[in-house]
Amino acid sequence: MAKPRVEPTHNTRHENFYATQIDSKNITHSLFQTHHIRKPLSDSHANHMYIDPHIHMVSRTTDDYARMAAAGCVAVTEPAFWAGFDRSSAAGFHDYFRQLTESEPRRAAAYGIAHHAWICINPKEAEDHGFAREVMSMIPDFLSRPNVLGVGEIGLNRNSKTELAVFEEHLEIAARHNSLVLIHTPHLEDKLKGTRLILDAIAAHGKINPARILVDHVEEHTVRMVLERGMWAGMTLYPDTKCTAARAVDIMEMHGTERIWINSAGDWGHSDPLAVPKAVVTMRARGHTAADIHKISFDNPRAFLSQSGNFSVNAPRPTHS
Amino acid sequence: MNTPAGKPPLDRTTLIDLGFIDARAKVLDIAAFLDRLDRAPGTDAPTDFRVEAIRAALSIALDASPTRVERILKSWSDPTTEPVSHADGKAARGAHPQHKA
Ligand SMILES: [Zn+2]
Repeated sequence: MAKPRVEPTHNTRHENFYATQIDSKNITHSLFQTHHIRKPLSDSHANHMYIDPHIHMVSRTTDDYARMAAAGCVAVTEPAFWAGFDRSSAAGFHDYFRQLTESEPRRAAAYGIAHHAWICINPKEAEDHGFAREVMSMIPDFLSRPNVLGVGEIGLNRNSKTELAVFEEHLEIAARHNSLVLIHTPHLEDKLKGTRLILDAIAAHGKINPARILVDHVEEHTVRMVLERGMWAGMTLYPDTKCTAARAVDIMEMHGTERIWINSAGDWGHSDPLAVPKAVVTMRARGHTAADIHKISFDNPRAFLSQSGNFSVNAPRPTHS
Repeated sequence: MNTPAGKPPLDRTTLIDLGFIDARAKVLDIAAFLDRLDRAPGTDAPTDFRVEAIRAALSIALDASPTRVERILKSWSDPTTEPVSHADGKAARGAHPQHKA
């Protein structure tokens, strides 16, 4: 991890602001209140680089790419998901996978953002097992595309038997192709049960190294069980459901910053493509060090994602479509 | 993290300074939501399990033990353990009808 540099501050006696020199072995304390800060804490504070490791850019505008780039985003990863309506044919998924692997990387590169994708049939469209198998048969071809990191976001939605069977078949595809796995855990009242079913299915399958699996959308009642099994945990920053930034910071304070990342999961619904940089602001306000902020918003996602040789924080040169 | 496990870097008074107005607004919004339901027609209808889930959660929020958020989330969760035979629609509702406080 890069050793952060903390500049001397220009605080006044009223601003209750001090930051000690940070030393990676003996970090003492950094206390400041963002609403009183006048001078940047450090270079990384002024120009923070971050990765949003879960965002559905097909649902977002080009202006969002511009705003994310301005906020310091250098790389995104985009899992295949439900587009808000059910696709009527496997060909619809084929087109979507091409959009994720051909069109979005180009759109992102125009803003200096490296774009990566995950391929699967999401659990909301997996209730028809035969249809799901037809879509799953296309996954191996796409796994070899240069921006694809693995299989995702697979998982459960309403915790049905068919969803679980399709999830297990995805695990088998990932194991056969030695792919990383990105897992969606269910919403709201279904999350606790669904997370347990998912973790048990992974253990029963037993062919994938837990360090190559990220279980996303954890909250206070599911984060511990994910980390205890040696997997990575993702916290999704949503305005109403999942985690707010304040609660995500609470979870970091309680569970540490090992094997945890934050993401916006920005999509067509109520969500915020700038949720990660806003959470960084919350971390600063809550007195967290530049080192911890960099770890959670950059080093951690880079460490997990780099297990796929296809991940890079350097966007390709922009090209014309 | 650079603080002992579970300990925020900021002290209690500073956290109150940072969070009080936001928490105050949210408490008023919950109270207003419950008042609104009381004023609305349809008070003879059976109590909605979602509103009951909120009332039960408020009593957890007011108790003196830690891990309030975790216990509230668990109280709203589906208590069953087996996969269901068919997905019951696409959307979860926020609390389970069999939630327990
Ligand atoms: Zn997603």
